[in-house]
Amino acid sequence: MTIGEVATLIEGEIVCGAEFQDRNVGRIIASDLMSDVLTIRDTEDLLLISGLSNLQSIRTCEMSDIQMLLVVRDKAITDEMKELAEENDMIILKTAFPLYKTCGILYGAGISPIY
Amino acid sequence: MDFIYHVEGGDFTNAGSTSSEVKRMLKKLGVSPEIVKRTVVALYEAEVNIVAHAYRGDISVNLDSDKIHIVLADEGPGIPNVDWAMQKGNSTASPKVREMGFGAGMGLPNIKNNSDELNIQTEVGKGTTIDFVNYFNK
Ligand SMILES: Nc1ncnc2c1ncn2[C@@H]1O[C@H](COP(=O)(O)OP(=O)(O)O)[C@@H](O)[C@H]1O
Ligand SMILES: [Mg+2]
Repeated sequence: MTIGEVATLIEGEIVCGAEFQDRNVGRIIASDLMSDVLTIRDTEDLLLISGLSNLQSIRTCEMSDIQMLLVVRDKAITDEMKELAEENDMIILKTAFPLYKTCGILYGAGISPIY
Repeated sequence: MDFIYHVEGGDFTNAGSTSSEVKRMLKKLGVSPEIVKRTVVALYEAEVNIVAHAYRGDISVNLDSDKIHIVLADEGPGIPNVDWAMQKGNSTASPKVREMGFGAGMGLPNIKNNSDELNIQTEVGKGTTIDFVNYFNK
């Protein structure tokens, strides 16, 4: 499934990186714990779903080579975050849905968990 | 090649900017993505530790043709028990640090797992120096 299709399923909005909406979402991790995300070795085709929305969540994606981020519960995404994300060719989505519902929908749609 | 960066304790806005610059530099030099990632994950956790736990610090990056050597020297409270701090889950992080997505006690174990050589020197009341090396050809 593409990240663009993910956006539709979770009634989300593309915050930045719309040019990357054809990227394939192969696997998903949901976490608010950045140290946990930093332990993932293989991050290819990986989407991070997080309730955390700050510069450190973008930095974590940068260090981990994660280029797709979905922020839940309509958390604000600042211009600084967008700038940093754009520098790293990231696509960021946001949804009003909470974490559990978001994960349920995407799990039901057949996207594999990372572990 | 040698580079020096400065880090301020408590400055969560800029936490990670050194790691970001080092990542760009290693990519430009054509270091393999796997080793770039190991290096910047270790560096980022160590950089966040200065911001989260110390007052200020300097990061020096020494690049050789076959390895990268990074030294993070901070002025801060030091670590009273390094064995305790190295164990996964052990942390003294403040709620503010946890709000940032850190403070789960996984930073030092992550640094160990992502470095080829790691050395930690610390003195209570003075500060901590984390020193690690990653080799480009393994
Ligand atoms: N640079 C430092 N200065 C002082 N204490 C530190 C430093 N780095 C780590 N520590 C101590 O070691 C503990 C474990 O560090 P770490 O594994 O990175 O976990 P966390 O940062 O999530 O607490 C910290 O909670 C802190 O007590
Ligand atoms: Mg830490």
